Amino acid sequence: MSGQTLYDKIWNQHLVKQRDDGTALIYIDRQLLHEVTSPQAFEGLRLAKRKPWRLDANLATPDHNVPTTIKERAEGNSGIKDPVSLIQVQTLDDNCVEYGIEEFKINDPRQGIVHVVGPEQGATLPGMTVVCGDSHTATHGAFGALAHGIGTSEVEHVLATQCLLAQKMKNMQVRVEGELGLGVTSKDVVLAIIGKIGTAGGTGYAIEFAGSAIASLSMEGRMTVCNMAIEAGARVGLIAVDDTTIDYLAKRPFAPTLDQWEAAVADWRHLVSDDDAQFDKVVTLQAEDIEPQVSWGTSPEMVTGISGQVPDPFAASDETVQRSHTRALEYMGLQANQKITDIKLDKIFIGSCTNSRIEDLREAAKVAKGKKVADSIKLAMVVPGSGLVKRQAEAEGLDKIFIEAGFEWREPGCSMCLAMNADKLGAGEHCASTSNRNFEGRQGFGGRTHLVSPAMAAAAAIAGHFVDVRSLSANDAVHAQEA
Amino acid sequence: MKKFTRFEGVVAPLDRANVDTDLIIPKQFLKSIKRTGFGVNLFDELRYLDEGQPGQDCSQRPLNPDFVLNQPRYQGAEVLLARRNFGCGSSREHAPWALEDFGFKVVIAPSFADIFYNNAFKNGILLITFSEEVVDRLFAEVEAKEGYQLDVDLENQRVITPSGEILEFEIDAFRKHCLLEGLDDIGLTLKDEDAIRAFEQKHKTARPWLFRQSA
Repeated sequence: MSGQTLYDKIWNQHLVKQRDDGTALIYIDRQLLHEVTSPQAFEGLRLAKRKPWRLDANLATPDHNVPTTIKERAEGNSGIKDPVSLIQVQTLDDNCVEYGIEEFKINDPRQGIVHVVGPEQGATLPGMTVVCGDSHTATHGAFGALAHGIGTSEVEHVLATQCLLAQKMKNMQVRVEGELGLGVTSKDVVLAIIGKIGTAGGTGYAIEFAGSAIASLSMEGRMTVCNMAIEAGARVGLIAVDDTTIDYLAKRPFAPTLDQWEAAVADWRHLVSDDDAQFDKVVTLQAEDIEPQVSWGTSPEMVTGISGQVPDPFAASDETVQRSHTRALEYMGLQANQKITDIKLDKIFIGSCTNSRIEDLREAAKVAKGKKVADSIKLAMVVPGSGLVKRQAEAEGLDKIFIEAGFEWREPGCSMCLAMNADKLGAGEHCASTSNRNFEGRQGFGGRTHLVSPAMAAAAAIAGHFVDVRSLSANDAVHAQEA
Repeated sequence: MKKFTRFEGVVAPLDRANVDTDLIIPKQFLKSIKRTGFGVNLFDELRYLDEGQPGQDCSQRPLNPDFVLNQPRYQGAEVLLARRNFGCGSSREHAPWALEDFGFKVVIAPSFADIFYNNAFKNGILLITFSEEVVDRLFAEVEAKEGYQLDVDLENQRVITPSGEILEFEIDAFRKHCLLEGLDDIGLTLKDEDAIRAFEQKHKTARPWLFRQSA
């Protein structure tokens, strides 16, 4: 018998019951809750007179709807001007109180985007099964956890039974080998992967990201990669446990206590795919081939390198692809064969569960330091992923760098990634965004999103159009030498 | 959940690949804390010419005459014919809630995104996967014949076209059973309560750090 993949191991450790029809009951260790996908689940519990199975498995925080201006946030929930959003956030608060679930409320310094908060607190641990009513739950797979997004009916199911009805996925391994070039980040890696395998390439699979370039990433970089597994169609993205994982977790509030730490670490060391494990599909990329990426279309697979150009839809042989590329260019207001560096921007968004952690902010600040946002940019905003990220950034003086350069420094939340709050694009506006989806209307009705890394977003803010961040760092190096 | 019964329904063709859940139901409508009432905002950005707001009276809004669901011949459609990777993107269950509330009972496509696939079945919507070739042919047939209907027979896992052609489809036994019987998943799972408790005890002994002592 061949060895097991990391996914197989975690699956087997949580298998409560395998039914004859191929469905399995999987035990869930952690459920993260937020205001948008939980109210109907709690309502379902209430109507059926059911109680949550295990309170300590749940952790809640409002993130999607919360305003991000400092003024509004100073008022707590009453700073939420939209009455419908306010009801949703209050409903989460009320449900957590009623059922006794721990919640980081709007002005708790630990509040933030669920996928930033969970890992930051050590609430995501290797070998766990983690679910949340949000497709970007794959983020937590960076810790060697089996994490995926679920719908609201499933949120209710997990609350009521601590289990999920699931079918085992197939195994895919995506290897990125070699060394990433200077200025090329984890965001560029995952966008390049999606560009290669397509937005449905991972459907039905759990993707394990591996190879030397992945192993060299920090935990935050790994989270960025796993976060976007769903944009390649895979509900689950995961990465093997190593020293980087374990070092990150030490002394986090929800991490194992001292008396359990050694045993936990010993257990976590097994959370790697066996050498002889069989994957149903293996895809390999060379790190050296990856340049900073920019999406040009309305699906994350519509992406190219900064030195590239917008494709000609009729270069594609498949008619469905021709039609979707034509439609995408029309929506995006771009011309076939236009150079990526000729795309002008109106707004800049640095934030989201993909790229709002401290390292992301450091990368962006490094580019913005001592520079000014171009006059043609209507709004450039930085939205930290959590209150703790914000504090850390302020302790390092990053907020001042951003503010001096002309960025707005905001309070934590999902913000303009999906524009459920007041942060949104106007019709026709182009945005360099560090988020994860460039779908039509995603960041605002008629808004045009280009997905990029934090450094590329900051560089675009300064230039007013896309530029190769690597050319900036080369210039800076020259200036440094001259000085 | 209502039991899924055999029916004949009008088919509406949505000729577009990678229809994402933001397109099915835009985010401003996700602020509702209810499960119902999303039908009027299904495909909001394609269906209307203006930007929709939650709670708005949609009967006064300008319709996009080019959008398929606004065309008279597709009124009352219960089957949506779609292209590959339908339902990609976010996990919002509001997407199947909106489809169901609008009146769709079935979506046919060459492939579906994983999370949407689960969510749809939990709301009584049958998703049928046919090959690209079959879907291409159905698009041609639907567009050629006004009032085109399909007879959807889940029990026998087949769809019958107006010309009498029988198209068989695959579906896993559990999902089929739940749809036909209109079963509630949670009730079914709780029949295994003892097995869950036993597993939990064993799991806690093996990995106590997964359970917080002071929650």
